[in-house]
Amino acid sequence: MTAPVPYRVVDRRVETADTVTLELVGEDGPAFAPGQFAMLTAYGIGEVPISLSGGGRGGRLIHTLRNVGAVTAALHGAAPGQMIGVRGPFGTTWDVDAARGHDVVIVAGGIGLAPLRPVVEAVLARRDEFGRVSVLVGARTPGDLLYPADLRRWRQRADVRTIVDRPADGWTGEVGLVTTLIPRAEADPDNTVAYLCGPEVMMRFVAEALIRRGLAGHDIHVSLERDMRCGAGWCGHCQLGPLLLCRDGPVFRYDRVEPLLRVREL
Amino acid sequence: MLSDLTIRVLAQPFFAGLTIGLVRELCECATAETFPAGATIFAEGGPADAFWLLEHGKVALGLHVPGRGDQVIETIGPGTVLGWSWLHPPYRWHFGANAIEPVTAVRFDAAAVRLRCETDPEFGYAMLSRLTPIITERLQATRLRLLDLWGRP
Repeated sequence: MTAPVPYRVVDRRVETADTVTLELVGEDGPAFAPGQFAMLTAYGIGEVPISLSGGGRGGRLIHTLRNVGAVTAALHGAAPGQMIGVRGPFGTTWDVDAARGHDVVIVAGGIGLAPLRPVVEAVLARRDEFGRVSVLVGARTPGDLLYPADLRRWRQRADVRTIVDRPADGWTGEVGLVTTLIPRAEADPDNTVAYLCGPEVMMRFVAEALIRRGLAGHDIHVSLERDMRCGAGWCGHCQLGPLLLCRDGPVFRYDRVEPLLRVREL
Repeated sequence: MLSDLTIRVLAQPFFAGLTIGLVRELCECATAETFPAGATIFAEGGPADAFWLLEHGKVALGLHVPGRGDQVIETIGPGTVLGWSWLHPPYRWHFGANAIEPVTAVRFDAAAVRLRCETDPEFGYAMLSRLTPIITERLQATRLRLLDLWGRP
């Protein structure tokens, strides 16, 4: 296993009450692709897997992370100038080219928008190569919606819809679960590729809603997460049936993993 | 010759698969209706004497909670049906509905549709087989929201 490479935090943007986006710069190393993840080290505390949410080339990485434990708390609090260890890139990538010539539906729940952000940016950067583009984003509250400036920018070139479980005062948008937006997504079911990321149960229900609309399982791509530790397929912590998610995933076609999502953990 | 209303209803996926004869029957109980943004479509506790097929615009379903004011529980949009309290007694709205955007809809008279459902089993089965999936999907979505899935990393 390789040692973490030191990267410097050059920017820290607060996204929500518990989520920040860190921009890291290090020596030019292997390129990260959308969908892949890095093992980020808070020196002296530990390391965690965090998906790429921007950058990826020229030694520049952007990661959005939520404060949920000791390591992420330390990373969450990292100020510009502080050093963070990086191992990676690990895992499979979002196959954006699979959607060329097709309608695109991108569905994110909560912090699941972070790994999908590079997909949206890639599709919009090559907008003419795709059909209609829908970006559907669900969150617990309006304050939990990531990247509000990006959402506004994306709206100029895609059908972007947001929905929350619990509206705050002044919220005039949609209320409910993100699955309820699926029937209204502008897409031809016979000619659509979908990318999903969010809580696993949410992804299962979104995928089922897409299949009810007529999409094929092999046209739905999901990013799965388990307890990734080594990032190299050695430790087995992230095993899901015959798969090691850090090595074989995290991005899979839904038809490959659908039967595994109902297997209970040991 | 199909009426404008029948053509509008046939254009909605919600009634896909219904024979033209059944849609015509249904449209005998229907009128076109619009609501400006902010309009109350029905009030919580009021008589559930209609349901609407939404063509354009969004509607917020809500409940007044003492001390917290009007709470939006869910929003629904084009292509779906607003209202099912008309299906069963006591025929009163459990929640209120407000247009949050200008709404264009087809309004169906509940008593007339119920009467047709009772007297024409084919019509009744066709109606219920289209309404129950919506009820089921909204129930499932509500159950998932109860899980508060966002709490996990």
